Amino acid sequence: MLTDLYVFGDSALHRMHPGVKILVLISVCTLLFIFEGWTSLGLGAALVALCFALSGVRARHLVAALRPAFWILIAIFLVQVYLTNIHFASFIVARFAVLILAATVVTATTRTSEMVDGILAGLRFAPSWVPKNQIALGVSLCLRFIPLLLSVFNDVRQAQSARGLDRNLTALLVPFVLRTLKSADEVSEAIYARSFD
Amino acid sequence: MNIEFADVTVKKGDVTVLRDISIRLSERRIGVIGRNGSGKSTFARLFNGIEVPASGAVLLDGVPERKNLRRHVGFVFQNPDNQIVYPIVEEDLAFGLKNLKLPKAEIEERIGHAMRSLGLDHLRTRLTHQLSGGEKQMIALVGALVMHPRMIVFDEPTTLLDLWNKQKFMETINALPQHVVVVSHDLDLLRGFDRIVHIEAGRIVADGDPAKVLDNYIASSQC
Amino acid sequence: MSDEPRTFLETRDVVFIALFAAILAALATFPPITLPLIGVPITAQTLGVMLAGGVIGAVRGGLSIVLFLLLVAIGLPLLAGGRGGFGVFLGPTGGFLIGWIVAAFAIGYMTERLWHRLSFLIAFGICIIGGVVLLYAIGVPWIAFTAKIPLSTALTGSLSFLPGDIIKALIAAAVIMTVKRSYPIIQPKTAR
Repeated sequence: MLTDLYVFGDSALHRMHPGVKILVLISVCTLLFIFEGWTSLGLGAALVALCFALSGVRARHLVAALRPAFWILIAIFLVQVYLTNIHFASFIVARFAVLILAATVVTATTRTSEMVDGILAGLRFAPSWVPKNQIALGVSLCLRFIPLLLSVFNDVRQAQSARGLDRNLTALLVPFVLRTLKSADEVSEAIYARSFD
Repeated sequence: MNIEFADVTVKKGDVTVLRDISIRLSERRIGVIGRNGSGKSTFARLFNGIEVPASGAVLLDGVPERKNLRRHVGFVFQNPDNQIVYPIVEEDLAFGLKNLKLPKAEIEERIGHAMRSLGLDHLRTRLTHQLSGGEKQMIALVGALVMHPRMIVFDEPTTLLDLWNKQKFMETINALPQHVVVVSHDLDLLRGFDRIVHIEAGRIVADGDPAKVLDNYIASSQC
Repeated sequence: MSDEPRTFLETRDVVFIALFAAILAALATFPPITLPLIGVPITAQTLGVMLAGGVIGAVRGGLSIVLFLLLVAIGLPLLAGGRGGFGVFLGPTGGFLIGWIVAAFAIGYMTERLWHRLSFLIAFGICIIGGVVLLYAIGVPWIAFTAKIPLSTALTGSLSFLPGDIIKALIAAAVIMTVKRSYPIIQPKTAR
């Protein structure tokens, strides 16, 4: 599950600094809300399309990005048709599609590790009251914990299924949470032991 | 080097876990035994300052500073999963060294040297969660070794290992040039040690020659 | 570890924050349960939001959600159904994600305040106030604004998630109470 949403490639977009990409994304999305209308949306869509063409991301990645939002977009479309008209309904749904696809361009052309490095590099310029080392530790620890927790969770599930409790969410979560809290305390000790303050 | 415990008492909330421990240790290989809940894990955690005494002091070569203990005494936990904090092996090994603010070249040199000397070079770029239990325990040990400690404390290091990895890990411990303290239920592993400390109910009940202490311990469990 | 100078967050706090961000991610792999009759899938992730506040408290709980959302934003597919990336914040349900931060903080704050009187019922009530009332109060207007639909319509649509959220609050309350009894992490804000 820790495979990111990155699509391999070596385009100009892939090489662009992650911070720049995120800033452009945020500005474009904000502009789409300030200048509401088909003209601005058309321009936004053209920009997104251009980026996709440049990045070499395939159509199936676009479909995959929109699929999770599909049903709620349908629901919104129907409500809008009922409340206003089909023209406005199409506009709202199209805007969501452009927003989501614009974000997908950024996600698909930036490795997660680049993003993490970007965050950590950005921290270097952060003011001194920002707990930089702690943020870096938190990000790394979380990435380390995810696969660990999944294996703990499977252990608990197996133990509880032996007692016929594997469909009972409370019976799974209580031992899971208690075990991981105790582990977390030992992790804190280990971090202290390795000279982190 | 020598470590001295002077009237050390440790409390967890209202419970006294260790009471008035006074002992001076300078042997190269020290074993610690005792039942579950006897306080031996807490005792082990005093060596490098993870645990802080409620009263009394722990002195390394006469220096009673907690930071000094941490600097010179490494610690290897029972479960390496709780000791490895980064997703990639070499990132994890660099963690402690970065905390010491060492230059990049030295970090690289120390990791390379430790990994090569234990024949683990092929694991450097692996994801830590994909390692086997034996490999994880070795990486946890390397994480302590690269800090160049003068002493390493092991808290039940072989409990989660199979017979083969247990043998291999003990051979590795026995070949270490550093002073070692090993807390273990695996008494056979402690036979060749220089000194054994037996802890029960928060006190040292026996201490000295391994053969004698171990045999008494085994005898006491059988009545 | 008492002789260190006290900073805003200690190492132990950072570990708990990372732990709950990871728990939230792990809960995404839990297969969604679809309630009969209503047909809305329930994912376990809002349960993680309630637990974050109720188990590690306001500040740490809130920050664990911030960390989780940060990892989602940079492209890790950690949301239920393998969603992730910046796009999820720009979609119609983005408000609920931001609302998670407030919900976890509020649940943690109330739990700290009522710690000594905390019972299953109180814990359940806290989870409902923070994880349902407050969360909807942020998420629903967001849908209404971004999708240009009336507030009432957005609310009616969201109410189909209510039965699932009540079940999650019941489970969260049970877990919070067990943790309080056997391995308490929260330092209560009020005297006994």
